[in-house]
Amino acid sequence: MKTTLKVNGEERELEADSRVSLLDALRNHFRLTGSKKGCDHGQCGACTVMVNGRRINSCLTLACMHDGDEITTIEGLGTPGSLSPMQDAFVRHDGYQCGYCTPGQICSATAMLEEAKAGWPSVVTEDLESRPDLTDEEISERMSGNLCRCAAYPNIVDAIREVAE
Amino acid sequence: MRPFDYARAEAVSDAAKGSAAGATIIAGGTNLLDLMKLEVMAPERLVDINRLPLGEIEETEEGGLKIGALVPNADLAADQRVRRDYPVLSRALLAGASGQLRNKATTGGNLCQRTRCYYFYDTSEPCNKREPGSGCRAIGGFNRIHAILGASDACIATHPSDMAVAMRALKADVEIESADGSRRTVPVDDFYRLPHDTPHIETELEAGDVITAVILPAPVTSEQRYRKVRDRASYAFALVSVAAVVSLEEGRIADVTLAFGGLAHCPWRDEAVEARLKGQAPSRALFAEAADLLLKDATGQGHNDFKIPLTKRTMIAVLADACGLETGE
Repeated sequence: MKTTLKVNGEERELEADSRVSLLDALRNHFRLTGSKKGCDHGQCGACTVMVNGRRINSCLTLACMHDGDEITTIEGLGTPGSLSPMQDAFVRHDGYQCGYCTPGQICSATAMLEEAKAGWPSVVTEDLESRPDLTDEEISERMSGNLCRCAAYPNIVDAIREVAE
Repeated sequence: MRPFDYARAEAVSDAAKGSAAGATIIAGGTNLLDLMKLEVMAPERLVDINRLPLGEIEETEEGGLKIGALVPNADLAADQRVRRDYPVLSRALLAGASGQLRNKATTGGNLCQRTRCYYFYDTSEPCNKREPGSGCRAIGGFNRIHAILGASDACIATHPSDMAVAMRALKADVEIESADGSRRTVPVDDFYRLPHDTPHIETELEAGDVITAVILPAPVTSEQRYRKVRDRASYAFALVSVAAVVSLEEGRIADVTLAFGGLAHCPWRDEAVEARLKGQAPSRALFAEAADLLLKDATGQGHNDFKIPLTKRTMIAVLADACGLETGE
């Protein structure tokens, strides 16, 4: 199957079996190994990328379904010399231990802040019709699709709270 | 994952014809691809409907909402009209899955979710749903998450959706287009089947059918609640959930619709329970009586026996909250 993807602003052609997930396309075909394969079943969030600005699990979607879509991975958010605000906050708050879940956490958090900015409620939002405040409880709920086996959660929440402010 | 042919539908009729010819429809894919990786499902052909124009939420002439089948769960939960007029639906959607999954999962796909029964997922085990006639090891096995109502000797699986529970409480209709181009609507009340001896047939959808929308009736003045009881505070399936739409007039329950998740093969509703509540002054004693009526035929399977008292308590708590009863009242 032939698919054209716009990955981190650059058009990329993919010639691959229909079974190839977006995650495997990124890692194995485009050698963008920042996005991680944890569970490969949408349970851990390590593979989180943004498609057309929205966070999704790249393991649970086929690359061929994304012809023409814009994909942003951790590599597209910043570089070691020019970190994105969320990357920078994770470094300063020590929002990781082994680091395996970190690219997914950062992509997820970056997109989550846009969702909150758009006024999306969460299940812990008291009043569905008001704009939600990003309390720690809100941050934890909105980030529950990203697991950290090292349990760096307090520092992850600190990093996200700082960027949200 | 087994190999499959992939085609993209350019029109609903492409999808319907593909489905009639044996293809499996893929929308968000968050459940289907999970099952395909495990080879619980092994379609030979996929027809991708993501480019079809079914992504809008429109107001109906009747004052309700027509939700396109491809509206993502996240968008539906965040829609201002849904938050204002159908909060039970927003709450149910937000109680399900994770932010990433809600961005991808669709309205139509959510209705068609398969059970999370461990035995259905484990291809080394028999399962009447996966392989009709092979048996059910959940009966007498590990069945903590399984059904207490409407189960059969063939299957005790539960339906995992939160959204569908709210849709049933809101008396929504499912709009379906068939391969011959005809359209019909099926109330969510009639959309799902109980397992009986054919647990592999889960809905009224037939080959060639494509869900195009879910239609909500005009909103009614009501208190709406969705409460989900689960093992974790977030990102876990319901053990028990209760969706309630309650209209109070002059201190009495003028109207009430209740739907339950985690109890059965489909979102559960029992109109006799609602009839018991209608016209009555709200009290915990009344709610307890209604809960006993709901659960009179409930059967535990061993590990899930706790669901019977849990359902009763959750139902009482939800109704007390919706009716504004003070603690102890």
